[in-house]
Amino acid sequence: MKRDNNAKRGSNAKRFVLKGGTIVDSRGERRAEVAIEGGVVVEVGEALSGDAIDAGGAVIAPGFVDLHAHLREPGKEEAETIETGSRAGAKGGYTALVAMPNTDPPQDSVAVVDFVREQGRRAGLVEVVPSGCITLGRQGEALAPMAELAAAGVRIFTDDGNGVQDELLMRRAMEYGRGLDVTLAQHCEVATLTKGAVMNECQCCTTLGLPGWPAVAEELMVFRDIELARLTGARVHFLHLSTARSVDLVRAAKRDGLPITAEVTPHHLSLDETRLMSFDTVYKVNPPLRSPRDIAALRKGVLDGTIDALATDHAPHPRRDKELSLDQAPPGMLGLETALGVALGVLEIDLPHLVRIMSINPARIAGIEARHGRDIEPGAPANLVVFDPNITWQVAPDELASKSRNTPFVGMTLRGRVRHTIFGGDFTVLDGEAQR
Amino acid sequence: MKHLRSIPELGADGLTRLLELTNHMVEVNRRPVPKVPALRGRTVVSLFFEDSTRTRLSFETAAKRLSADTMTFSVSTSSVNKGESLRDTVETITDMGVDAFVVRHKSAGIPWQISDWTTAAVVNAGDGWHQHPTQALVDCFTVREARGCERFDGLTLTIVGDIKHSRVARSNIAAFSMLGAQIVLVAPPTLLPPDVAHWPVTVSHSLDDVVGRTDILYMLRLQSERMSQGHVPNLREYSERFGLDARRLAMLPSDAVVMHPGPMNRGVEMLIDPSALPNSLIHRQVANGVSVRMAVLFDLLAGESSAGNLREVAP
Repeated sequence: MKRDNNAKRGSNAKRFVLKGGTIVDSRGERRAEVAIEGGVVVEVGEALSGDAIDAGGAVIAPGFVDLHAHLREPGKEEAETIETGSRAGAKGGYTALVAMPNTDPPQDSVAVVDFVREQGRRAGLVEVVPSGCITLGRQGEALAPMAELAAAGVRIFTDDGNGVQDELLMRRAMEYGRGLDVTLAQHCEVATLTKGAVMNECQCCTTLGLPGWPAVAEELMVFRDIELARLTGARVHFLHLSTARSVDLVRAAKRDGLPITAEVTPHHLSLDETRLMSFDTVYKVNPPLRSPRDIAALRKGVLDGTIDALATDHAPHPRRDKELSLDQAPPGMLGLETALGVALGVLEIDLPHLVRIMSINPARIAGIEARHGRDIEPGAPANLVVFDPNITWQVAPDELASKSRNTPFVGMTLRGRVRHTIFGGDFTVLDGEAQR
Repeated sequence: MKHLRSIPELGADGLTRLLELTNHMVEVNRRPVPKVPALRGRTVVSLFFEDSTRTRLSFETAAKRLSADTMTFSVSTSSVNKGESLRDTVETITDMGVDAFVVRHKSAGIPWQISDWTTAAVVNAGDGWHQHPTQALVDCFTVREARGCERFDGLTLTIVGDIKHSRVARSNIAAFSMLGAQIVLVAPPTLLPPDVAHWPVTVSHSLDDVVGRTDILYMLRLQSERMSQGHVPNLREYSERFGLDARRLAMLPSDAVVMHPGPMNRGVEMLIDPSALPNSLIHRQVANGVSVRMAVLFDLLAGESSAGNLREVAP
């Protein structure tokens, strides 16, 4: 919904004050007002002057950062565009999205990476942070021009959608990447073990007759890359971990002091494999929904700090693609607009920790900590989210800003809802409504 | 709308009801003119995304003997890839005014997806590795007929071969256990699903160990592609360990019967001429297929508005 009231929108130069909220950032929680002007936080304190924006009872935090968003542009604009994905992100409280590289053409050249960043700038709703491919065309055969891409601003490389299967090539990518001071993000899946797989390999897949995706196909690659990181000294990030043993492997690697980080998705924290008993393709996702035991281990991994970040793996698909058979339908589900509500709904997590996994840590992993995930103090860029942590709500697919509708959270009660999102000092979301 | 999508969904009562109804259909099929007007004006569409001439002909014959109109919609999966979603296909055919879809697809779950998109009844004629309920009905009916009993308490069904990829096995495990049979699965571990501990079965990896203690020996077809996928090293090794040969036939109890869902792989799982089998039910399985499918279509489509139909069918 568009609003003409520029004062309310807080148009950049105009000073406004968030009143009545509690700041949550790396320094903990404190009640204070936040004055914003010219795109930055200018004052934090009591009884500040300026146009008042209601943050009563809400949390004021650095804007969320998603390490894992499929924005589908270029190539699959029928599913999502950078603009619609950015809007979905803003509604979910995000001020930065790392754009996954499995576009068409893929993000393996400076031209495509620049295009993605520029489309993000044009939409102006979040900072779109392009990732780069590790290998050309995500084919796993030859390295992408990583140095050129790094020079063009890419800080995180991944072939997401595919794991890099070849051990030698991955070793080279890590060695080369270490010289560029970039992060290698791995989609952990040994492809020979998951050919044709539709769901977790488990009791349930046995009865449903659906080809199974065994946990070990993820864990083998987690183990391999931990050891390659130990060998090369590269910074490695694990995307969408889904199994108990993966969490154990990362916990042990961190204990050894290796530069490893890891993320989990809201859906792997909340939905289990038995969802597939409905044969609804909305539940087909890669890696697949796992067992209740895995879910418990992932939650524990978040709470004990083994898992650094909550990442959505937001993967929009048009209706007709999901209305195929389970073996043909593409994997993936929406996540940006529901992540906060799912996280607060299923995790017994304190708010500073929530802000760490949704903003501070992912900003650091994405290499954008200068602009996102910062403490709320004078001089910080005004990339903020204001959310109500206790409001419960239900997902209505027609109200989603995403161009697609493949959310698995319909009918679930979520806890925690975004009230305002402020990007570069502007309201992208005000009172729950997207402003542009 | 009623559907027949899986044996567990049908349940024990439904299973018994359809087996009873099949008796009536067998009688119809014995008449000089094996055709009744029970489903006159009804339309049954075969929607086959995977080739299966036998099953399709069996359903279409069943529909015709009940005087239903039949249509065939053969779809290669590639044409679905050309842009029309499965849903569009189903909705288009539904708009033509059909009463039942008979569906075969290589992916599990298709009958459930389709029943969300149509007002017609859905009959599962095989979905991936998952279910093939009319085959299980055929097999239960055939064993009832051969043994002259209604339940299978005390009988042992031994299913041999590629359980992992078999919708026939999954359907029969459910159906035969509902009727009280003990079930033994015989296969190398590579041809078993990942977790059968919760199934009402015992597992053996040696046919020789169990063949002497079986009442119904059910041989599954081994597709040659299982070899290239590394499930078995080669067909010779498979047939030596899991094929039915003269030696194993001699070990089989004299009153035991042999079944196979077809099509048979001579020289792989079947190493003797099946016509030489003294106690084969394989031909009865095919013959009963039409009667069972008539019962299924009648049960789903005759409905209350044509309550008199049963009298037309019943002697």
